[in-house]
Amino acid sequence: KMARDLSFRVAVLFSFLFFGFINFVCCNNERRVGDALETDFSGLSVPLEHSFELDDTAKFVVRGTLLLKTGREPSVALSQNPLSEEDRVKLKEVAEVDGLYRIRVPRVSLQADRQTEWQVDGYLTAFVRACAMVESHLSDVITLHTDVSGYLIGVSIVTIPGACRGTKVEDEVDLEVFNTTLSIMAPVNAPGPETSLFLERMEQETEKKGKNPQEQKSFFAKYWYLILGGAIFLMVSNSAQPPAGGGREQS
Amino acid sequence: MAKLILLLLNWIFLCCNVAAVFEDQVGKFDWRQQYVGKVRFSHFDSHMQSSKKVLLASESNVFAALNTRTGELFWRHVDKTGPEGNIDALLQHGQDAVLVIGNGHLLRSWDIGVGGMNWEMVLDPGSFRSACLVGHQGAVKHLAVLKKTVISLHYLSNGHQKWVENLPESETVDFQAVYSGGNGEVYALGVVPNSHLAIVVYSLEDGEITKQVSVEAPWLSSIPASCSVISRGLLTCVDSTTMSLYTLDLHLQLEMTQIPLQTLGLDVDPGFRPSLVSHQPNPAHPPLSEFLLQLGPEHHLLLQHNDGQIVTLRDYKPALLASFATAGEKTVVAVMAPKNKTACSINLFSAETGRRLLETTLIFTVDPNGGKPEKLHVQAFLKKDDSVGYRVMVQTEDHTLTFIQQPGRVMWTREEALSDVVTMEMVDLPLTGAQAELEGEFGKKADGLMSMVMKRLSSQLIMLQAWIAHLWKLFYDARKPRSQVKNDVSIENLSRDEFNLQKMMVLVTASGKLFGIDSKTGDILWKHYLENIPLNAAFKLMVQRTTAHFPHPPQCTLLIKDKDTGLATLHVFNPIFGRRSQVTPPALPQPILQSLLLPLMDQDYAKVLLLVDDQYKVSAFPSTKNVLQQLQETASSIFFYLADSGQGRLSGYRLRTDLSTEQVWEVVIPTETQKIVSIKGKRSNEHVHSQGRVMGDRSVLYKYLNPNLLAVVTESTDLHQERSFIGILLIDGVTGRIIHEAVQRKARGPVHVVHSENWVVYEYWSTKSRRNEFSVIELYEGMDLYNSTVFSSLDRPHAPQVLQQSYIFPSSISTMEATLTEKGITSRHLLVGLPSGGILSLPKMFLDPRRPEVISEQSREENLIPYAPELIIRTEWFINYNQTVSRVRGIYTAPSGLESTCLVVAYGLDIYHTRVYPSKQFDVLKDDYDYMLISSVLFALFFATMISKRLAEVKLLNRAWR
Repeated sequence: KMARDLSFRVAVLFSFLFFGFINFVCCNNERRVGDALETDFSGLSVPLEHSFELDDTAKFVVRGTLLLKTGREPSVALSQNPLSEEDRVKLKEVAEVDGLYRIRVPRVSLQADRQTEWQVDGYLTAFVRACAMVESHLSDVITLHTDVSGYLIGVSIVTIPGACRGTKVEDEVDLEVFNTTLSIMAPVNAPGPETSLFLERMEQETEKKGKNPQEQKSFFAKYWYLILGGAIFLMVSNSAQPPAGGGREQS
Repeated sequence: MAKLILLLLNWIFLCCNVAAVFEDQVGKFDWRQQYVGKVRFSHFDSHMQSSKKVLLASESNVFAALNTRTGELFWRHVDKTGPEGNIDALLQHGQDAVLVIGNGHLLRSWDIGVGGMNWEMVLDPGSFRSACLVGHQGAVKHLAVLKKTVISLHYLSNGHQKWVENLPESETVDFQAVYSGGNGEVYALGVVPNSHLAIVVYSLEDGEITKQVSVEAPWLSSIPASCSVISRGLLTCVDSTTMSLYTLDLHLQLEMTQIPLQTLGLDVDPGFRPSLVSHQPNPAHPPLSEFLLQLGPEHHLLLQHNDGQIVTLRDYKPALLASFATAGEKTVVAVMAPKNKTACSINLFSAETGRRLLETTLIFTVDPNGGKPEKLHVQAFLKKDDSVGYRVMVQTEDHTLTFIQQPGRVMWTREEALSDVVTMEMVDLPLTGAQAELEGEFGKKADGLMSMVMKRLSSQLIMLQAWIAHLWKLFYDARKPRSQVKNDVSIENLSRDEFNLQKMMVLVTASGKLFGIDSKTGDILWKHYLENIPLNAAFKLMVQRTTAHFPHPPQCTLLIKDKDTGLATLHVFNPIFGRRSQVTPPALPQPILQSLLLPLMDQDYAKVLLLVDDQYKVSAFPSTKNVLQQLQETASSIFFYLADSGQGRLSGYRLRTDLSTEQVWEVVIPTETQKIVSIKGKRSNEHVHSQGRVMGDRSVLYKYLNPNLLAVVTESTDLHQERSFIGILLIDGVTGRIIHEAVQRKARGPVHVVHSENWVVYEYWSTKSRRNEFSVIELYEGMDLYNSTVFSSLDRPHAPQVLQQSYIFPSSISTMEATLTEKGITSRHLLVGLPSGGILSLPKMFLDPRRPEVISEQSREENLIPYAPELIIRTEWFINYNQTVSRVRGIYTAPSGLESTCLVVAYGLDIYHTRVYPSKQFDVLKDDYDYMLISSVLFALFFATMISKRLAEVKLLNRAWR
């Protein structure tokens, strides 16, 4: 019982650890344009840019603003503009020629000491197929990854659903507002060998063994009846008489 | 508890799939070849007339003795790699060989008879310059070691120091050579470059400086390169700028005598640095007054110093190599001269007179696929009639040793290049001619019924003929004694066996020599030396066309890239015969960043190789119209990644239809905290049989089988044991999506990674617990599959479940690889090369993050082993029993035609090949299978049915009559 209890505790601990590093923030269609910077969020605001062109050249324009809360437990919020009429048409056209929808964020550090300003130190880019973007009605999942020191190292974007089935999106309204799920992920601590738990388990087992005198009986003490039965059977069969009940124990 | 133990035992029995080798199976499925490396020093053991040993000290820090009759190793000592074990000097006297090791750190004496160590001495620190044996009054009892600041004298018998003296003015004078002429004095020769020569003479008895002079020599910069001591202490130097010989009597003179080469009627080849070779047969006596002077790449001279005069005894031109050798009292000069393109002749000349000795010509055939001769090691001996006989060991540029006897019989060759294999591939052998003929029928266009029938008949006839020939050979061989029957493997009769167990191993060595080795016997079937390989070249070997496309020959491509400039060349060859292919590879004027072999094929079934240059332009090879068209069609689905570990940048690109590229994703890992050390993708020829794992409750846990997944390993730049870490990133190579990111805290490299199926196994050093640890990451999609028919990186929105577990491993490891089988049904094992020379076959079952900490009914149902933090090395898991593989650097695995069998090659200093059966030989009948019993039972049953049928008929008939 103890062991099960322990493992349960460990599982809880691990899930806690796991979720500790992932902070989901869901941002839905805030229609305010750019003025989200002056909220109570103390942190860093960086642009989230996107690009979709018919000839697949990258021409990034601002899609929204990421508000990164720096510090020990980083979190992220996003305020983004709806797509304009012109962009919606372009996105659909790009989707038809199987173009790419790209996003990029600048490389910044979420460490507390350099939070106020960020310099352009290069960008992190990712892409999905434009058709997937259209067919999912702009429902995308953007994940920002940081390294151990809180530096952004990568960004990824997927759409749900992710497939391109060629279904037409007729209603223009579906392509107006982004339905973005945003999260930021720090590296998980990889587990080392679980020695303490194993030793505990071993100890428990030895204890159990100590408590239960049944287990400690010798071989003869445990199986004396079988041996006796066998011996009787042998004796009986040796005396060339048809065995009456000796074989029962054997079978 | 008892149940638990029983269960455990059961599991252990279940898991111990690797059965040990029976004694009679030793060497049946496996072979090992041991090498020495590129030879630096060699000595023929000449203290005994009948001795057949040659001592070799190599650049791979190996000291060995070879049997001169067979070329096999008598014994071998492998020292540490790197400068620590570097062999600086080899001195041999009688039964003893003394090595100076590790830039003058150690002095070791070996008994050359049995290879045992006599003694070892640790020397005072200081960088090593030179060493020599010191003889006195006809006996050699000491050796002198010259270092940068000190000179020391040691007893040859026990290594003890007799005396050690500081060198005078060692701050300004660079002492470079030590010499003793057997007269009780030791000379230390130093030079102040372009100024003067310093000579310090020490007394042998007590190390007292008896004489110290400095001689003007403004032309001199290095003593070993241009000077040598000849005769009774006559220092002779050659200088190319003044075109002169200089002589200096170390006992008497205080000034060098200049002898312009013109006065001797000699001339140095332009641009050549002349060199001098003298010979001292016995350290107790002064060197000979004859010496060799090399004036050009093909010009040698034998000169003699006679009463203050230098006399030319003989002019050898053309002569590639010249070398002294002594037998008894006689000293000879062996000279190798080019004869024609394919052969060189070696002749002996008397050193005293320069006269050619009769009947001493020896022909050395130069291998057209080998390198030029580089060194000549001569073993001279006295014949019964007191004339001099000799054998030579020729060392060529490709690190080959060839031992030749008169009149040109090659006794053995050793390919020491194989001690440094860089990469390899295994290629299926072709079908036999007849089989191929039959196969070829199907590929051709039909040309009429009649001709087809005729063709089929003729090919069947050929096969019949071959079969009869085979039977005849069997019958013929059966009459001969067993020892005489040789199964000669040659390129002509190579053919695939029933289960494709025999393959052609194509090995690429660091020296630029390629080898084709038969995997069954280990015989070298072809070799090809590539000249002009840059020293720091990186090689990548790719199989463009396998043997499956008869009549097109198989084709391998080797990409050779200079690591500094990035410039690359391609060598295209046939892997079965080793010949350069007819196809001309494209010239690559731009540095190459990445190469990738696509699964696309051109009309001749050659896979397309894409090369990305530093302008991010892509060129294809072969680049026929057909290929370009296919590339245009599929361009939007061709993605590749580039990694720049210097900037920590990983970027993904997509191919455009005009063969330019566009960057589609970028991940940047800041180099201030961590650096990328390795990136591992999956092997393209890997098959995964089952998509999921059946759980205890009969549900299925689906594996996340992303063929584009990359495992990126980073190490922290901070090496402090509390703050160092290892980072593991799993990145999708197409979308750049980071699937999983983990850090192993308090850990340090070197990290060894294996990435296969849905798992990544890595090994690291835990700085906290000071031990080696294994960690395994497994990825699962979950209980239901997103899209079961096809995997696309662009359409997998859900992140996989990640499970991880770590274990303690009791040994450090050298290399790691996973087994590979034809269809991926067989369970996987990890092959771990240990520094001890063992190769461990570790079942993947033990590295499973689902191993439960607490055993439940379900985990038992699933056959999961309960978690134990330590992985134990079981001796029966060693696949190479006592066949130690020294310094194993890489393990290559290849599937065979049998699902149960995986072919393994471990390479390092040695090469070892064997087969492994991770799930036992479930598809093969055992060796001792009782055919008699089973066939007799079958026959008995057959007859029984016949008889009973007959009886039943009779009975039925009788009943009918009744």
